[in-house]
Amino acid sequence: MDSIELKILEDKAKEIRKMTIECIGYLGVGHIGGAMSVVEVLTLLYEKYMDVSPDEPQKRIRDKLVMSKGHAGPTLYCVLAEKGFFPKAWLHTLNVGGTRLPSHCDMNRTPGIDMSTGSLGQGISTAIGLALANRINGIDRKVYLIIGDGESNEGQIWEGAMAAAHFKLNNLIAFTDYNKMQIDGYVHDIMNVEDLNAKWNAFGWFVQRVNGHDFEDMEMAIERARHEHFRPSMIILDTIKGKGAHFAERRIDNHNMNVSYETALESCSMLNEIGRQPTEIHHD
Amino acid sequence: MRAVYAQTLIELAEKDDRIVLLEADLMKASGTTVFKTRFPERTFNMGVAEANMVGVAAGLSAGGMIPFANSFACFASRRAYDQFFISGNYARLNVKLVGTDPGITSEFNGGTHMPFEDIGIMRNIPKLVVMEPSDPVSLKKLVIESAYHNGCTYMRLHRKSLPVIYSESEEFEIGKGKVLKDGTDITLIASGAIMVAEALKAGEMLNVDGISAAIIDMHTLKPIDTELILQFAKKTGGIVTCENHQKTNGLGSAVAETLSENYPALLNRVGVADEFGEVGRLNYLLGRYQLTAEHIVSAAKMNLSRRKYAFGSSENKMQMNDN
Ligand SMILES: Cc1ncc(C[n+]2csc(CCOP(=O)(O)OP(=O)(O)O)c2C)c(N)n1
Repeated sequence: MDSIELKILEDKAKEIRKMTIECIGYLGVGHIGGAMSVVEVLTLLYEKYMDVSPDEPQKRIRDKLVMSKGHAGPTLYCVLAEKGFFPKAWLHTLNVGGTRLPSHCDMNRTPGIDMSTGSLGQGISTAIGLALANRINGIDRKVYLIIGDGESNEGQIWEGAMAAAHFKLNNLIAFTDYNKMQIDGYVHDIMNVEDLNAKWNAFGWFVQRVNGHDFEDMEMAIERARHEHFRPSMIILDTIKGKGAHFAERRIDNHNMNVSYETALESCSMLNEIGRQPTEIHHD
Repeated sequence: MRAVYAQTLIELAEKDDRIVLLEADLMKASGTTVFKTRFPERTFNMGVAEANMVGVAAGLSAGGMIPFANSFACFASRRAYDQFFISGNYARLNVKLVGTDPGITSEFNGGTHMPFEDIGIMRNIPKLVVMEPSDPVSLKKLVIESAYHNGCTYMRLHRKSLPVIYSESEEFEIGKGKVLKDGTDITLIASGAIMVAEALKAGEMLNVDGISAAIIDMHTLKPIDTELILQFAKKTGGIVTCENHQKTNGLGSAVAETLSENYPALLNRVGVADEFGEVGRLNYLLGRYQLTAEHIVSAAKMNLSRRKYAFGSSENKMQMNDN
């Protein structure tokens, strides 16, 4: 990745982050923490890797993404709106009665959403199904999957881990948004998931671990994953829950917060001033 | 309501060291952090793993404890159904399962989190007690009843605060509905936080129109209070059920079953008409799923006019044959 491309991606991510904060602030409440930690990975996937087209969201041969931690819908909506899947004006209808943008991803309401999610743990299985269907139909495209670290408490995640490796799904590239927090507190305090690398490894996946706010790190990992021949890939992203939203970042109660519109706008203008965000990793 | 719930559990646990609490990463939502502070050694946060939580609760019960296990009602019911069914109920153990944010009260969490079917699936588990309290007093009393009921229970819990309906001294018994208001023309049978309040409003609106409506709080969905239903079917000739749930397999069905087997009075059901949930504020959703007091009033009027049309008066024909 050259410096121009990096700059473009960083600017885009900043825009997505601001849009997400703004639309949650406009509503007044939302899953800000887990929405902020996936900004970079979604930006990178949709700007650089995913073969999707806004004019034909349902086209048969395309890459697909399952946002298994469905409560991060708002970030994905901003990415999709930015790409032109639907008008940006829709973002202000987030969670309003009758909306096409509900808090959790819904494939029947929102153009560009490939799977309905919200009940944690289920996305891995549906992603496996999509990857198997691609194999059967000879569709040479990837299925991307994003799961949470708290979500990784669910038994279904590990049933899927076993199955994807069993079927040698090299067309499945998964990410764990390892922001170290769930709702009730730190993952290591509530229900420890460590050693994540060793677990996915033991299940037979190609495992990499990178800074989930760093485009160059993630790019290298995705490139390697795309060229893996026999195994599904798990890219563990070290991320910060609430990243970039000054009122939320690193706060233990940042899962689902009330956010006034003024606070949201203030956060957006702070992002503008800072310019390039320092990329730092959260060590507990 | 969740504060009342947590406080009641603390009071129970102070007297009885068999009481234990399980959560699935929704402890803050359930409001039970205070329980954990008071009884850390009797609190287990199982993480986002509802099936495991309910299975562990069954094991705790087999080990002599009285476990209360909480999650959002959608996950407590659907996500852990087989564990609750087999490890809890089939094994004849003693798991007290509590589902928060029932029906439209899950608001912004939307369709995935909006259970309109939990009572339906729970009602099909043999011997299970299924409850939905409507105010802080009934919640407290029914949690205590549940703790000392010998067997599993499932309770819907409204998290937000609610106005008090009952006096502190009111006694509650599992399976015995409460008559909130007597009446002669029609009976409104409601369950739960949202719909009992709507039924009370509807009762006043009907009163203005000269219609005398009896109102029953059916806090126990199973076992259903057959005696009370039949008493009011005979007395008023027609019934409207009001539930924050599918019309099928919940309160409306339980009342329909009771009536058709014993005394087929005309029934109209206010509830969700075979639809999935969706996001929105409570007021929007009340209208969207046709659950408002106005909808109850029109169901009641429809009931009265159909009886008039069918029998020449608003009396139910069965009533004439009854003696
Ligand atoms: C099956 C299921 N159980 C519980 C919930 C409620 N819930 C929503 S998000 C969440 C915590 C998820 O933590 P994590 O996966 O780490 O997400 P993040 O911190 O990235 O937002 C919980 C328990 C749910 N959506 N689905």
